[in-house]
Amino acid sequence: MYRGREGMLSWMLHRVTGVGVLLFLLMHIVDTFLVGFGPEVYNTVLAIYKTPFMRVMEVFLVAAVLYHALNGLRVILVDFWSAGTRYQQQMFWAEMVLFVVLFIPAAYFMLKPLFG
Amino acid sequence: MQVRVRIRRYDPAQDQRPRYQEYVVDAEPEDRLLDVLNRIKWEIDGTLTFRRSCAHGVCGSDAMLINGVNRLACKVLVRDLGSTITVEPLRGFPVVKDLVVDMTGFFKAYRAVKPWLINDETPPPTERLQSPSERERFDDTTKCILCASCTTSCPSFWSNPEYIGPAAIVNAHRFIFDSRDRGAAERLDVLNSREGVWRCRTIFNCTDACPRGIEVTRAIQDVKRLLLTERV
Ligand code: FES
Repeated sequence: MYRGREGMLSWMLHRVTGVGVLLFLLMHIVDTFLVGFGPEVYNTVLAIYKTPFMRVMEVFLVAAVLYHALNGLRVILVDFWSAGTRYQQQMFWAEMVLFVVLFIPAAYFMLKPLFG
Repeated sequence: MQVRVRIRRYDPAQDQRPRYQEYVVDAEPEDRLLDVLNRIKWEIDGTLTFRRSCAHGVCGSDAMLINGVNRLACKVLVRDLGSTITVEPLRGFPVVKDLVVDMTGFFKAYRAVKPWLINDETPPPTERLQSPSERERFDDTTKCILCASCTTSCPSFWSNPEYIGPAAIVNAHRFIFDSRDRGAAERLDVLNSREGVWRCRTIFNCTDACPRGIEVTRAIQDVKRLLLTERV
């Protein structure tokens, strides 16, 4: 394993979260498409999303979307701001702080119903 | 102090696949890794093969993967490496033997960007003058010693050896942004192609790896922005 630093870590996470969100999107296209088979089929399939397991998966989805979005902004700055490459590491850590600040409350409110 | 040096070795005449061999050697903390490798070769095992020439960070022949990052063996000190040191050949090139890699593709990419002054205008009677700020524009990218540390630290290059790679882009940058040069269009054509700058994902391994401290990713971004703004 090459010991890359912030840049490599941010890129690997960007890839993983990107593929994760894409897979969810494909799943979502399929479940929406099922409405064509009538309300019965559609409702049964959508009920899956109401299970606690899917709730937890959705928390992961929020994490993936949030990271991908924040890092996307960092990448835009690296691409278009002339000093972007000099501050890419600081921007990565700022992004991590923002991620935690936004993710913790989101996860709290999403998981709260599971615990009564 | 004593150090354990784990070296990834491969002799195509004998080995089916690469293997690791360990050597225990005496070393001073201020020794460079190159001194340690020389000691192994000269005193312990003459079959160990690696490249080096200047031994002072100028020629670029002894770049290798040292404890998981690309460094020049002649520039990195034992005290910064710990008591167990892992040495492997650069990634992404075919291994010729032990730490020696085949750099044919690397120099092919280098030549593809025409790393020489292109200017057909009648030369002025004296020098082609340049202001300090014009010189400053490409100062950073004049420092390259073609050691391939950057190119072989790049995940985009590992997965696609056709990618022209950071080193070639750095050397193109050196001329594209030189006010005396007129060959920017030819070079930008190469860099705008499928295997050009757009394969860069701004991973920054190259910038971390450069033994000359060139801001490699910055140079690549300069070229990308030039392609976006000057030509469609
Ligand atoms: S031996 Fe010349 S750069 Fe290290």
